[in-house]
Amino acid sequence: MNNVSHVTERIIWHYACHIDDVPSEGGACALINGKQIAIFNLSRRGEWYATDNQCPHKQQMALSRGMTGCENDEPKVACPFHKKTFSLRTGAGINDGTLQIATFPVQVQEGKVFIGMQD
Amino acid sequence: MEARANTRIVVIGNGMVGYKFCEKLFSKNHTEQNFTVTVFGEEPRPAYDRVHLSSYFDGASADDLSLASVEWYAQQGITLYLSDPVVDIDRVQKTVRSHHGIVVGYDYLIFATGSAAFVPPIPGVEKKGVFVYRTIEDLELISEHAHHARKAAVLGGGLLGLEAAKALLDLGMEEAHVVEFAPRLMPRQIDEAGSEVLQAQLESLGLQIHLSMATDSILGQESIEGLIFKDGSQLPIDMLVISAGIRPRDELAKIAGLETHPRGGILVDDRLRTADPAIFAIGECALVHQMIYGLIAPGYEMAEVVVSQLLGAEKAFLPFDMSTKLKLIGTDVASFGDPFVKEPDCRTVRFENKAKGIYKRINISSDGRELLGGILVGDASQYNMLLQTTKSKTILPPDPEDLILGNRGSEETGAGVMNFPDDALICSCEAVSKGMICSEVENGNTTIDALKKSCKAGTGCGGCVPMVNDLIQGVLKKQGIYLRKVICEHFGHSRQELLDLMKINQVKTFGATIDLFGKGHGCEVCKPLVGSILASLWNENILHSDRATIQDSNDRFLANIQKGGTYSVVPRIPGGEITPEKLIVIGQVAQRFGLYTKITGGQRIDLFGAHVSDLPQIWEILIDAGFESGHAYGKSLRTVKSCVGSTWCRFGVQDSVSFAIEVEERYKGLRSPHKLKSAVSGCVRECAEAQSKDFGIIATEKGWNLYVCGNGGSKPQHAQLLATDVDKETCLRLIDRFLMFYIQTADPLTRTATWLNKMEGGINYLRAVVVDDLLEMGEQWEREMQELVNRFHCEWKEVVETPELRKRFTHFVNADQKDPSVAFEEMRGQIKVKDWQ
Ligand code: SRM
Ligand SMILES: Cc1cc2nc3c(=O)[nH]c(=O)nc-3n(C[C@H](O)[C@H](O)[C@H](O)COP(=O)(O)OP(=O)(O)OC[C@H]3O[C@@H](n4cnc5c(N)ncnc54)[C@H](O)[C@@H]3O)c2cc1C
Ligand code: SF4
Ligand code: FES
Repeated sequence: MNNVSHVTERIIWHYACHIDDVPSEGGACALINGKQIAIFNLSRRGEWYATDNQCPHKQQMALSRGMTGCENDEPKVACPFHKKTFSLRTGAGINDGTLQIATFPVQVQEGKVFIGMQD
Repeated sequence: MEARANTRIVVIGNGMVGYKFCEKLFSKNHTEQNFTVTVFGEEPRPAYDRVHLSSYFDGASADDLSLASVEWYAQQGITLYLSDPVVDIDRVQKTVRSHHGIVVGYDYLIFATGSAAFVPPIPGVEKKGVFVYRTIEDLELISEHAHHARKAAVLGGGLLGLEAAKALLDLGMEEAHVVEFAPRLMPRQIDEAGSEVLQAQLESLGLQIHLSMATDSILGQESIEGLIFKDGSQLPIDMLVISAGIRPRDELAKIAGLETHPRGGILVDDRLRTADPAIFAIGECALVHQMIYGLIAPGYEMAEVVVSQLLGAEKAFLPFDMSTKLKLIGTDVASFGDPFVKEPDCRTVRFENKAKGIYKRINISSDGRELLGGILVGDASQYNMLLQTTKSKTILPPDPEDLILGNRGSEETGAGVMNFPDDALICSCEAVSKGMICSEVENGNTTIDALKKSCKAGTGCGGCVPMVNDLIQGVLKKQGIYLRKVICEHFGHSRQELLDLMKINQVKTFGATIDLFGKGHGCEVCKPLVGSILASLWNENILHSDRATIQDSNDRFLANIQKGGTYSVVPRIPGGEITPEKLIVIGQVAQRFGLYTKITGGQRIDLFGAHVSDLPQIWEILIDAGFESGHAYGKSLRTVKSCVGSTWCRFGVQDSVSFAIEVEERYKGLRSPHKLKSAVSGCVRECAEAQSKDFGIIATEKGWNLYVCGNGGSKPQHAQLLATDVDKETCLRLIDRFLMFYIQTADPLTRTATWLNKMEGGINYLRAVVVDDLLEMGEQWEREMQELVNRFHCEWKEVVETPELRKRFTHFVNADQKDPSVAFEEMRGQIKVKDWQ
């Protein structure tokens, strides 16, 4: 999950919440470094993802309340407002290719969820 | 013509056609050709969908209308200057100069300057409150002015004028007039008889139509106060939208010394070339074949023709079909081919049903073999079919009148499209033929979305989508694929099949459902659907187990999400009856949590603007005062409206309020494929509007009449009488059966009206099943309904009382804070959410 490729990039891991704080197959929003981050717990796949909480379509702070799922096995989230969908892996808009959200690496250790952000 | 390596192209105008030119140039250029493209646009934003401009009033934003973002131009390497019109052209040096002084050289210059609204020289057109209807800015000005206008008129009863008039009505004008100089509406598309039927239809929508009226001048000091006509009569109005035709933007071409037509338009040949071989004109500014093509499809074709030439292919622009279908106006109007040919050059078949507001005319060649054209008013469902038959010169059946009169089952239409020749143009905006679509479908692009991506069919005006659908079905059928309405990629079942499977297997979670009957992990289509079935079957709390995260956002938070991310709270007020004490509590809650309050159209009160973290506390206070969830968020029973009835009303024959409360208490919380609404009226005067509800009850001297399958909303439909003069108990029994039948068999998100419309045998079959118990399911359904009723619980209460559920109602998991991005403004002494940015 940790995809640090350049030596110059330094990832700082921030404690976000306990795993129980994020509903299974759903999301929750954490405030990290003053930024709203959506954290998703895809328990059926055993995977965690983190993205911007803000949907770029109408700038709504809502992605953490969106519905998760998959499309051809690509894990995704649908914004509750107008159902724009985003890949949780890459942040790319799926049903609207012009949209993009940022994604962040996640680590889970001893029941704690950490979000990685670049220094 | 072969363009050289690194050819400099300048496009003047970034409207729909100018954009399409860029798109085609870059998507077709797969060679080593190097184009340096510069685009000058006069408007402040990149090209947008002008055809759907009116949807701006329905809440579409400039973004939604945008055809491509500024980034797209950058990615293609196009230099785009906005708000910077070209003001001068030096044809010797081959340069253009913009308003801001930017000078760019060109090898080829493309005029795509479009047209402007034609404003006739009527004294007073400069007054405040007079508008045209062409750009997003025009619409912004109109909606701004509409706040303090009450009576508005449109000058011009053509295609655009009628669209604008409907928009004025939708903007809430008390009066909306259409003033037309000609003796009929849409004079270029339809005939006298069609116009008469259309006029009646429009009048029933609330428009006032004035034909054969010549406007003399505009009254008023600074602002418009009215129109005065040549016959001396007057029309008091405080807003006017002029839609009297278009005027090609050829002023720059004129300055540059290019030839233009006295009535407007840059003269070009069928290659879209001006007399200067380096200069082309496309779209609404170009005069080709002696005419201006004021429609989008020919404009796109012109872009195609010029792009082809720049890439070295020969292509000419042929006279283009001008068939049109009017959109948005609330009644169908279409004309195709040659609508006006008369006998003896053809045989004309007319069909008219004044009562239903339908007029159809087709013109058939004298030998009876071909369709030449026609007009459809009131019902244009056969438009695509007839248009194709005309365009592809399909040989007509022996009784061509069947085309408009006969059986028009959808299957037949499908078969019809499959009979077209392969080169029949299906999507004229993007020039996609039947053959191209069929081969795409054969290659596995079997959905509209996939086809939009693979060949762009259906991405323009969207008018061809029904036919594209028919083609998909046709090709699949030919391949022997049995078409089932499957839910999505995760479930190969219809809703009804899945419901049966879940019921028989007693499945109670989403996880078990998808493990047993589906594949993958679900999506935003199947999850809420399974959630709804689980609720309809077992009526357990929708947030328990793994069910919370499969609910649509509104259900997940038991409240309706609003612009800005706050929620609305609608407590149940059965039958619309409420005590002063309860009213006071609602007021106190609103005050304490800073909520906006409004009486809804459903006889209850909506509290808007609640932060997600305040919801449980708001509910707690409401519940203590005796309220329950009103399920305004759910696909479930909403309200049972009532009129005051015999307790107070001098006409009332039964106590409609008591019965409405009883009905609402019985079915509250019931989950269904779509929302359910009901009403009870105390007499035939029908003040509760029961006949527009999914099930409605009207008191009679002897008992109650039960109506079913009515609908308000965008496609209103009257409910139909199911049973007469029944007593209360019978009435409830019939409703039990009716609702269970609906819940178990309807497709997802299908209201009862649509469900009935698709039911073979219609209301008679429904009556046989519900009243005469044809399927012998009556007893079982009543029992199942009673079980659901017994299991009712207030969802709000469970959240308030269950710490595990309650703790999910926060914005941040790691900070005790509300969402800082939520912002309100003030309006008439209450809060209002800030507009989309
Ligand atoms: C609040 C209210 C407007 C108001 O201020 O009066 C309202 C508000 C909404 N209506 Fe409505 N409708 C309201 C009465 C109506 C009525 C009138 C009535 O019920 O008598 C109708 C026409 C009757 C009917 O449904 O047949 C109505 C027909 C619709 C429709 C169209 C349904 C259709 O079959 O065409 C939608 C869209 C949908 O459900 O897909 C809709 C959807 C909506 C939504 C849920 C849109 C949305 O998804 O956000 C709005 C939610 C606002 C919010 O956030 O709270 N609303 N809506 C009314 C609430 C009534 C209530 O107390 O529950
Ligand atoms: C409300 C409305 C509804 C419509 N509905 C339909 C419909 O249902 N079906 C249909 O087929 N058609 C419809 N049309 C017509 C359709 O929108 C036009 O045919 C289409 O927009 C023409 O495209 P164009 O690029 O030629 O012109 P435009 O879209 O007008 O674009 C021309 C652009 O060039 C700019 N420009 C002008 N001069 C200069 C200059 N000197 N320098 C730089 N820029 C300049 C203009 O500001 C404008 O942005 C509708 C039009 C309107 C207004
Ligand atoms: S309340 Fe109903 S009619 Fe009004 S804007 Fe919302 S959905 Fe449309
Ligand atoms: S705000 Fe997210 S889809 Fe519109």
